[in-house]
Amino acid sequence: MSSVYEQLGGQAAVEAAVDIFYRHVLNDDRINRFFEGVDMDRQAAKQKAFLTMAFGGPHNYTGKSMREGHAHLLKLGMNDSHFDAVAEDLAKTLTELGVGQPLVDQVLAIAGSTREDVMGRSA
Amino acid sequence: MPVIRFEGDSFVCNDGESVLECLRRNGREIPFSCLSGVCGTCILRAIEGIPPSTSQASLKDTLRAQGYFLSCSCRPTSDMEVALGDGVGARVPAVLTAIEPLNPTVVRVRARAEKPFDYRAGQFASLLRHDGLARTYSLASVPGIDPELEFHVARVPGGAMSEWLHRDAVPGMRIELLGPRGDCFYVPGNPDQPLFLLGTGTGLAPLYGILRDAIHQGHRGPIHLFQGGLTRDGLYLVDELREIAPAHANVAYHPCVRDADPADPLHGAIDEVAQRIVPNLKGWRVYLCGHPDMVTMMRKKTFLAGASMKEIFADAFIPSPKVS
Ligand SMILES: Cc1cc2nc3c(=O)[nH]c(=O)nc-3n(C[C@H](O)[C@H](O)[C@H](O)COP(=O)(O)OP(=O)(O)OC[C@H]3O[C@@H](n4cnc5c(N)ncnc54)[C@H](O)[C@@H]3O)c2cc1C
Ligand code: HEM
Repeated sequence: MSSVYEQLGGQAAVEAAVDIFYRHVLNDDRINRFFEGVDMDRQAAKQKAFLTMAFGGPHNYTGKSMREGHAHLLKLGMNDSHFDAVAEDLAKTLTELGVGQPLVDQVLAIAGSTREDVMGRSA
Repeated sequence: MPVIRFEGDSFVCNDGESVLECLRRNGREIPFSCLSGVCGTCILRAIEGIPPSTSQASLKDTLRAQGYFLSCSCRPTSDMEVALGDGVGARVPAVLTAIEPLNPTVVRVRARAEKPFDYRAGQFASLLRHDGLARTYSLASVPGIDPELEFHVARVPGGAMSEWLHRDAVPGMRIELLGPRGDCFYVPGNPDQPLFLLGTGTGLAPLYGILRDAIHQGHRGPIHLFQGGLTRDGLYLVDELREIAPAHANVAYHPCVRDADPADPLHGAIDEVAQRIVPNLKGWRVYLCGHPDMVTMMRKKTFLAGASMKEIFADAFIPSPKVS
C-alpha cells in the first residue's frame, strides 16, 4: 500500500492545494490574524512545508522544531480551537480537490498527530 | 569564527557579521544597495565553502549551482573563499545619453551600454556611479524596440543617487551597470492570458516596459494597466499611455489619483479601482511594482481575488538603509 502522500499525488498535490488552502486560511476570521504581516512569498514556502507534512510527505521537521516554530503564536493566544480551524480548512481544501473522505481522514490523523507539539504541550 | 578569503587575503568574520560587512570593514569595496537580499548588487561567488541557503534563496537555480550568493545576507558558519562573480558580477560600462523630466519629481534616464547587456523589459539593474555608489532601477526600455536603456528615477529628498541623477548628472557621463535581475517580465507562450499590471510612482517603469514588450510580442489577451499616484503631478507618461490603449483593443489604461478631488474622473485609490474593474483574477498573470507596502498589500488582495501565487510577480522598491 503506498503512502498517503503518494496516494494524493505527492509534490503535485501540494502544488495544487497550496493556493486553495492558503486562501481559506486568509479568509478564515478565526485564524487569519496569526498570518497577518507574514510576507506572502515566504509564507507560500511555509504553506507548502505544512501541506507536505500533513500529507505524510518527506520533511525535516522534528517535534522540537514544530514547538519552536509555533511558540510565538502561543503567546499571541493560539489554542486548540485554532488548531481545529486549521484542520477544518485543510479538510475543506482536500474535499474541493475531489479527495475522498477516507484519505481526508488519514490526512487529518497525520496533522492531528502534531497537535501536542504545535500547542507546545509535549516535553 | 569563520575566516573569509578574498583576493589572496584572509579576514575573520565576526559573530553575526555578513560576508559583505566583513569585507567592507576590511576596506574592500564590494558594491551593495538594498542590504535586504533583493537587489542583487552585492553578488559574490563561493570558490570554497557552502553559502548558507538564505543567501541563495532569491537566485536562479543555475546561479545557485555555481556557488553565487548575496553577500549582504550571507552570515557564514564555516570558512569560505569568495570572489567577485565573473560574468554575473561583471560590470557593464555605459554612458548616460539623456536625462529629461517626466513630471516634477521623476526623470527619464537613458543610457547606452558599451558591452552586450542582455535583459528583459521589467527586470532591474544596479547603476554604479564612478565612486561606487550603487542603486537599483527598473528597466523601462524594451530590447528590440528601444536602442538605449531607459530608467525612471524618482527624486528622494536627500537621496544620494536620485538627487545626483536629478541635479548633477549630464549626458556623456560614464556609469556602470550590474545585472540584470528579477522575474518581473513578459513571458511569451501564453498570448491569450489576461495580464494585470499595477504600479505606484516609478513602479510604472517596469510595467511600461512589460506592456510594450507584450504588445510587441503579439499578446492577444486583455491587458489592464493601473497607474497610481498620490496627486496628479505624481503620474507621468499619461498622454502616451492614453494613446496606446485606442490603438490596441485589448489594452486598457487606468490612471488613479488617490488624493484628487472626488469630482476628478481620475480620483480613486488604486486597489479599489482595480478591484472594481477586475474583481476576479482567476487565471490572470499579475505584475505589481512600486512601494513595498503597496506591493505587500496588493499581493494579498490579488491572491484573494483569485490569482495563483505562482502567477503573481512583484518588485518592491525597497530603499537602501542608511549605512555609516
Ligand atoms: C528591485 C528594485 C527596483 C527599483 N526600481 C526603481 C525605479 O525604477 N525607479 C526608482 O525611482 N527607484 C527604484 N528603486 C529604488 C532605488 O533603488 C533607490 O532606493 C531610490 O532611488 C533612493 O535612492 P537614493 O540614493 O536617492 O536615496 P538614499 O540615499 O538611499 O536614501 C536617502 C534617505 O531616504 C530614504 N528613502 C529612500 N527611498 C525612499 C522612499 N521611496 N520613500 C521614503 N524614504 C525613502 C532612505 O531610507 C534614506 O533615509 C528600486 C529598488 C529596488 C530594490
Ligand atoms: C495542523 C498542525 C500544524 C502543522 C503540521 C503546522 C506546520 C507548520 C510548518 C511546517 C510551518 C513552517 C515552519 C517554518 O519552516 O518556519 C508552520 C508555520 C506556521 N504555522 Fe503552523 N502548523 C500547524 C498548525 C498551526 C496552527 C493551528 C496555527 C495557528 C492558527 C499555525 C500557524 C502558523 C504560522 C503563523 C506559521 C508561520 C510562522 C512564521 O511567521 O514564520 N500553525 N506551521
